[in-house]
Amino acid sequence: MSILVNKDTKVIVQGLTGKTGTFHTEQALEYYGTKMVAGVHPKKGGEMWSSGLDGAAELPIFATVGEAREATGADASVVYVPPAGAAAAIIEAIDAEIPFIVCITEGIPVMDMVKVKARLEKSNSRLLGPNCPGILTPEECKIGIMPGSIFKKGSVGVVSRSGTLTYEAVFQTTNAGLGQTTAVGIGGDPVKGTEFIDVLEMFLADDATESIIMIGEIGGSAEEDAAQFLKDEAKKGRSKPMAGFIAGRTAPPGRTMGHAGAVISGGKGGAEDKIAAMEEAGIRVSPSPAKLGETLLEVLKG
Amino acid sequence: MNIHEYQAKAVLKEYGAPVAEGVAIFSADEAEAAAKKLPGPLWVVKSQIHAGGRGKGKFKELGADAKGGVRLAFSLEEVVANAKEMLGNTLVTKQTGPAGKVVNRLYIEDGADIERELYLSLLVDRTVGQVAFVASTEGGVDIETVAEETPEKILTLPIDPDAGVTGEAAGKLCDALKLEGEARADGMKIFPILYKAFVEKDMSLLEVNPLIVMKNGRVRLLDAKVSFDGNALFRHPEIVELRDITEEDDKEIEASKHDLAYVALDGDIGCMVNGAGLAMATMDIIKLYGAEPANFLDVGGGASKEKVTAAFKIITADPNVKGILVNIFGGIMRCDVIAEGVVAAVKEVGLQVPLVVRLEGTNVQLGKDIINNSGLNVIAADDLDDAAQKIVAAVKGGK
Repeated sequence: MSILVNKDTKVIVQGLTGKTGTFHTEQALEYYGTKMVAGVHPKKGGEMWSSGLDGAAELPIFATVGEAREATGADASVVYVPPAGAAAAIIEAIDAEIPFIVCITEGIPVMDMVKVKARLEKSNSRLLGPNCPGILTPEECKIGIMPGSIFKKGSVGVVSRSGTLTYEAVFQTTNAGLGQTTAVGIGGDPVKGTEFIDVLEMFLADDATESIIMIGEIGGSAEEDAAQFLKDEAKKGRSKPMAGFIAGRTAPPGRTMGHAGAVISGGKGGAEDKIAAMEEAGIRVSPSPAKLGETLLEVLKG
Repeated sequence: MNIHEYQAKAVLKEYGAPVAEGVAIFSADEAEAAAKKLPGPLWVVKSQIHAGGRGKGKFKELGADAKGGVRLAFSLEEVVANAKEMLGNTLVTKQTGPAGKVVNRLYIEDGADIERELYLSLLVDRTVGQVAFVASTEGGVDIETVAEETPEKILTLPIDPDAGVTGEAAGKLCDALKLEGEARADGMKIFPILYKAFVEKDMSLLEVNPLIVMKNGRVRLLDAKVSFDGNALFRHPEIVELRDITEEDDKEIEASKHDLAYVALDGDIGCMVNGAGLAMATMDIIKLYGAEPANFLDVGGGASKEKVTAAFKIITADPNVKGILVNIFGGIMRCDVIAEGVVAAVKEVGLQVPLVVRLEGTNVQLGKDIINNSGLNVIAADDLDDAAQKIVAAVKGGK
């Protein structure tokens, strides 16, 4: 099993005709034939998109997400639209009742995401991101920009605020022989769709996921909230072996470290508080980002 | 992006927020004319730097008993004397660090008779994904201290973006700030004004500390600190014009030209990494092995050879850098592109310090081949752990 996406997930691409959308759609098609079914472009409806792949795969382009959904029965959408138009693209997908929306775009104004969040709360759609690497279920479905080559089908659920640290966790669990059920990048923005708690709940419920790696970073209190959630669930008898990491122990307060959400402000959001909360919830937090796989193996050996 | 207090007040005044009359000056010659535009008999001379704690700050060049960065003046002569003493000198506050900041601008403001000092700010509350007010009767002091010692004196009130600041919400804020009579009527008007300004101008922080109730019973913003969401500046050219680059680090300005996320730090190992999380983690692992990072640098997901070269130049321009660690986990970013950029940069600017390169991910073998065949003196690393140990050993060995 896996969470959120599998071999049957049908995906449309908002922003397909751009360079980024084209490149990653090709990569997805090549990754175990992820079911990319259509693209959306307001001015190119009715045209066909051609990939540069051997056998030149083609996808129909629709003018709206609604039309694309109706024609293809898509259950997911991935957004590569540039920052200024990305929020509108997400809202269009919400209005078209796409169940699962993944937004890769980095640099969306926070105030736009506040509006998106309000719309999202009144809908049945789930948003992953923005400013995230997407989601990948090994050998089944790749939505977003994660490099497929480092994955291996297996038993670890990976959830992370950082893209490249997701890759570290995946790579290290592959090398440790464990493999992954699904890897989820929730993204580095302060206002986003899916939080740690949502993903952890799904991993706890997924039978194939035997252990979990959670990677957080400085800023906000999502890690502390997740730790509290895990403690509450453990009391109900629901828990899985977990390893973790928090990036930004050495980050100076008041400076935004690349990700819009990675900033220690007003004495809050520091790494040490997060690490303490996670350890209290039973997560073995590795001091080194190079020892995620090793740390998880130690936890599994007991 | 941060702006000065006087700029923040001008932005908020456009929306109708009550601020004192004031004039910004850049040289002491302008002080008297500026003060004459204001009614008196009390003037406030305020240092304009991008850091808090100005009032309690000390000027490096002046004696320990000299006054701080915000001064009262009771005559035109005092305004001029203070301006002469403050301009061009270096103000050290709790937030500037020991180096302090040179005061290049002053704001001369009409003084106010203060009855009470309150705290009010707006920020984006991530837990709910909404703009929230933070209000407290304890103004004029560090809100962090209040939060620690008397958290019950702070109200955090998120605002539903569809409803805006309702009468009920404004009423709650008035209650929290204990506003009565005319002050309450002022508050009911001011809260929606500040919210509108925050949302329309894409602010990330609007802090009024203190918000004051004057002896005449009216409310005024005595101070204003505003930061803007860098991601939204594309739609606010009028805000971009307010940028004061003398407040920023030269290397950070250069990095921003190349769309690189760079933060200067105090250590001696320069880092070039792709991805913000991995860049922070790379700093952390350097520290774990007993050294200090010289910078945070995220070259981003789709970096070109030119961007990598620019990044390399910025790192080597820092005289503190005694070694460089390049750590790349290629997803979209291809290792061969990074390798070409590193080789090109080294050929252009030379290499005076040890360089450790760790490559993983897309096109890793191609990347390694490019580095190995370049003839450069590069230390290759197998993984992140190995890379961190090697650069720390190389730098410590060189001392």
